[in-house]
Amino acid sequence: MTQWSGYLGLILQGALVTIELTLMGSVLALIMAFLAGMGRVSRFFIIRALATTYIEFFRGTSIFVQLFWAYFVLPFAGLSLTPLQAGVLALGLNVGAYAAEVVRGAILSVGREQYEACTALNLGRWQGMRHVILPQALLVMLPTFGNNAIELLKATSVVSLISLADLTFQAQVVRSQTGSTLMPFLSVLVIYFALALIISWGIRTLERRMARGLDGVRV
Amino acid sequence: MEWDWNFVWEIMPTLIQGVKITILATVLGSVLAAIVGLGIALARRSENRIVARSVGWFAEFIRGTPLLVQLYFIFYVLPDIGILLPPLVAGVIGLGLHYGTYTAEVYRAGIDNVPRGQWEAAKACNLGGRHTWTHIILPQAIPPMIPALANYFIAMFKETPLLSAITVLELMNQAKSVANTYYRYIEPMTLVGAFFLVISLCSVVLLRWLEHRYGRIER
Repeated sequence: MTQWSGYLGLILQGALVTIELTLMGSVLALIMAFLAGMGRVSRFFIIRALATTYIEFFRGTSIFVQLFWAYFVLPFAGLSLTPLQAGVLALGLNVGAYAAEVVRGAILSVGREQYEACTALNLGRWQGMRHVILPQALLVMLPTFGNNAIELLKATSVVSLISLADLTFQAQVVRSQTGSTLMPFLSVLVIYFALALIISWGIRTLERRMARGLDGVRV
Repeated sequence: MEWDWNFVWEIMPTLIQGVKITILATVLGSVLAAIVGLGIALARRSENRIVARSVGWFAEFIRGTPLLVQLYFIFYVLPDIGILLPPLVAGVIGLGLHYGTYTAEVYRAGIDNVPRGQWEAAKACNLGGRHTWTHIILPQAIPPMIPALANYFIAMFKETPLLSAITVLELMNQAKSVANTYYRYIEPMTLVGAFFLVISLCSVVLLRWLEHRYGRIER
């Protein structure tokens, strides 16, 4: 029994790494999503083209290929990344590309009259975006961002393949040390699911708080 | 290190071997996902509350946990209870099951979109349960779903590199073994990335066409 608790400790350590990766990846993804999502609705062709290229490139290949590329090929270009850096970079850029489309869609979903109201109030493009469009668009983005965050959480399992000691990696360690298969993999699956439930609960709470005071206004 | 075209031609036959397995896994996985998804969608509409609930939770669990861990689970745990699967079969089952839970949502939306009047008309024509499904509901529900289903199949295609983790010799695994043999990562990894990128850019065109062909809902 003491043995099991030791192995459970190992798995919980892995859970911490997974959580850390998810948080850091989400922050990067959020930044990229807003940069690229707003870039896609930019007035300037160059910015639109750059944003589209970024999005198509990262959505066109899987996170796994991107991670291996970042970890194995970039060192030859003189850029050596630790597994954690490569993981956060690949996860953030990949999920950021998906979330950028969400940002774009939400911005476009805000009604024409809101844009006209901005013009009528003599707000500049940036002011209108900041004070009128984004606060409304944010609420539309939120549920899909929650799904993206769960996708990111699930994608973190891939970093175990570049020897980062996350949940999946620790499950493999326990398997090879004990020869037991059901215990490590089932407990890891349950932990992932619990984390996913926490994310969706958190997003729902956030959504309710942000919708407060908007009653009666279009959501 | 420089890009070497001679090396590219040298490794091409090996990579093409991998491409064949990648495509095979995608096709088989898609067929399985289409069937599993329909099964889950129908089970969730079952009259029997217990069946509907437990299938719903099972699908939710699969969707909230990483495909990689599920593949490990199938590959390592099942042999312990006497089910020995070849890697490719384990991989196809993993892909089919995981994406089946996604396609189930597509089926659900498609079935819900069939107007109530059609159900009532089927009843009025004295059709039994099975005939209602096969002759009335599914023929109307499936065409509008095709673009969304294709979208998931393309997503699945991009996830096939994960099968390399359970020793399936698909494209990514071949690229890795080539890279490890010659200790040249740039060409194999970049070629894998380029291959997936090209296919998914082509699939964007295919998706547009499918949406044009089937996406319209005729009322």
